[in-house]
Amino acid sequence: MPTMNIIQAVNDALRIQMRADDRVVILGEDVGKFGGVFRATSGLYDEFGPDRCIDTPLSEAGIIGTAIGMALYGLRPVPEIQFADFIFPAFDQIVNELAKFRYRSGGQYPCPVVIRTPYGGGIRGGHYHSQSPEAHFIHTPGLKVVIPSNPVDAKGLLLSCMRQNDPVLFMEPKRVYRAARGDVPADDYTVPLEKAAVVREGTQCTVVAYGAMVHECTAAADKAAEQGISIEVIDLRTLLPFDIDTLLASVKKTGRAVIVHEAPKTCGFGAELVASIQERAMEHLEAPILRVAGLDTPFPYTLEHEYLPNADRVVDAVRKTLEW
Amino acid sequence: MRRVLSDDGTVLPGAKVPDISDDDLVALFDSMLLVRVMDERMMRLQRQGRLGFYMTSIGEEATHYAVYPLRPTDWVFPSYREQGAFFWRGYSIQNYIDQLYGNANDPVKGRQMPVHHSARWLNIVSISSPVGTQIPQAVGAGWAARIAGKDDVSMVFFGEGTSSTGEFHVGMNFAGVSKAPVVFVCRNNGWAISTSREKQTAAKTFASKAVGYGMPGIRVDGNDILAVIQVAQEAVDRARAGDGPTLIEACTYRRGAHSSSDDPSVYRDAREPEEWARRDPVNRFRNYLKERGLWTEQAERDILDKHNEAIAKVQRESDRTGPPPLESLFEDVYETIPWHLREQRDWLLSQPRVKSPHQH
Ligand SMILES: Cc1ncc(C[n+]2csc(CCOP(=O)(O)OP(=O)(O)O)c2C)c(N)n1
Repeated sequence: MPTMNIIQAVNDALRIQMRADDRVVILGEDVGKFGGVFRATSGLYDEFGPDRCIDTPLSEAGIIGTAIGMALYGLRPVPEIQFADFIFPAFDQIVNELAKFRYRSGGQYPCPVVIRTPYGGGIRGGHYHSQSPEAHFIHTPGLKVVIPSNPVDAKGLLLSCMRQNDPVLFMEPKRVYRAARGDVPADDYTVPLEKAAVVREGTQCTVVAYGAMVHECTAAADKAAEQGISIEVIDLRTLLPFDIDTLLASVKKTGRAVIVHEAPKTCGFGAELVASIQERAMEHLEAPILRVAGLDTPFPYTLEHEYLPNADRVVDAVRKTLEW
Repeated sequence: MRRVLSDDGTVLPGAKVPDISDDDLVALFDSMLLVRVMDERMMRLQRQGRLGFYMTSIGEEATHYAVYPLRPTDWVFPSYREQGAFFWRGYSIQNYIDQLYGNANDPVKGRQMPVHHSARWLNIVSISSPVGTQIPQAVGAGWAARIAGKDDVSMVFFGEGTSSTGEFHVGMNFAGVSKAPVVFVCRNNGWAISTSREKQTAAKTFASKAVGYGMPGIRVDGNDILAVIQVAQEAVDRARAGDGPTLIEACTYRRGAHSSSDDPSVYRDAREPEEWARRDPVNRFRNYLKERGLWTEQAERDILDKHNEAIAKVQRESDRTGPPPLESLFEDVYETIPWHLREQRDWLLSQPRVKSPHQH
């Protein structure tokens, strides 16, 4: 089994699907000959040519708008937004158009577009190269939002996304793009959407995360174990629609929960998870569900590690729920 | 500015008349009359409180027939003022009125305001309320056709106000660069709600904007159906031959209100629409047909009777058709209904029914 990082896994998934289905086209800024600024589309231009791996003019609304038209016509576009921070010029095309095409046409026009975009902080990127805008899109009926945390999932989830018929925002945690390495099957396989993974079993508190934060949470589980505390870590993988069953099963077992994400806390996705668990499992809870999140400030440059959640803050929150 | 007919419908000296069969000429006139009759009747229904909203295209009907040179496999991305494009491609009176009512037979299942039609079976894409969003989408469809090795063409309609949106510039630029087979039809009808054409751009013409994107820009008399069809034919041929996109500025005038919610007397001189009525596209085309011996008073009366009766009949049926089923609210959000929507559906179905405060 080859060892890959997340970028290589993404690249592998794209290549497999482009070979399997000649309707798949990639489009975006610098995705062609250059292979993307993170090299995620590397080699695809050489193999599939400029009509299937398309360098577009610089406009996010244009990339998503044309991808929509391509999908309506019958192609399976996989556009790349170079950084999630630059997705907002395309916000209307995504939220009002892409996500709603099937519904507003009365089911006549499915619109299978998979938007890939790197997101997240911890890479000295400052405000415009670090944001985690997932909540804007999780609030959008009609869209699916998927975030892998490791190479095996990145490949399998992306293949699943490209093989179903709803629009997806596939957000890639660029902080662990290269750091998260692992053995990845070389062949074609999928990881199911809408299914979370229990990445660490534990008994005393459930910790829910996705993307780069999963790694902070497993580190937290290690630290907590040294202190004799057993944490169960759940990697959500699909954020919309999320896997409520796995969450509830875990919370019913542990009686406690901490939600971790690097996006700002207020109105973040954590609030939704807290509410959803609380509505269904109040009687199983031994303590309030806590959130460890990014600050409600714009994303900073120099002090980004103060801004971001980390393993110690997660352990601290877990202790608070245990001591409540 | 390209013209074939004079204001009174005679062929201008030296003008080349597009090659259209007699049958098609009569069919085009028939379709134009349907748009006119439909607009008048639906506006009346709206005033009676039986339709929530309506938009007319009175005086601009000729521009809709830019779709005439298209094949059924070509794609149309309309805005909300191209009823004739729908009818010409085969959208029925029944489809049209059911959509306005948003009833159980509405092709879009009662999910959108009136005049937001969608007809995949005719390769006409859903009308969107945010103006301009359809422009890059149309470019994508044309581009996709080329990638798929087909020679289909994509035609997109929008008003001159919409040419100020980012999406217009993005779409024009993407099309220019990719040489996508796209025909941009800008209906310059003088007004964007209450904003006049002069406040929309400092450019002398909208067609001139094509220069910056590396494509031809052609101005045409938008009240002259023959000229509209002629320039559209040239643009479609160009696109199909792989020579890239064209911007057409169809110069016309919005004689009615922007929509049923608008009152143009607040912002414009009433003499303006009266002047434009003298260049009415229906009258001009009628005079042309008369000269060609293709029109009689009786024939027009028969067409009008046919349309009026058909509309009245459909309207009675559509009136009686109930709303879409409640469960349909949860369909088509995704291909299959996820757990959270099933949960919300089951909850909604268990609740007492809410009576609509709307009459329609
Ligand atoms: C993005 C957006 N902004 C504002 C509106 C509200 N609005 C609806 S139609 C319209 C004017 C459009 O004018 P134009 O493009 O010239 O088309 P016309 O109505 O004249 O056919 C406006 C401002 C809208 N629908 N979409």
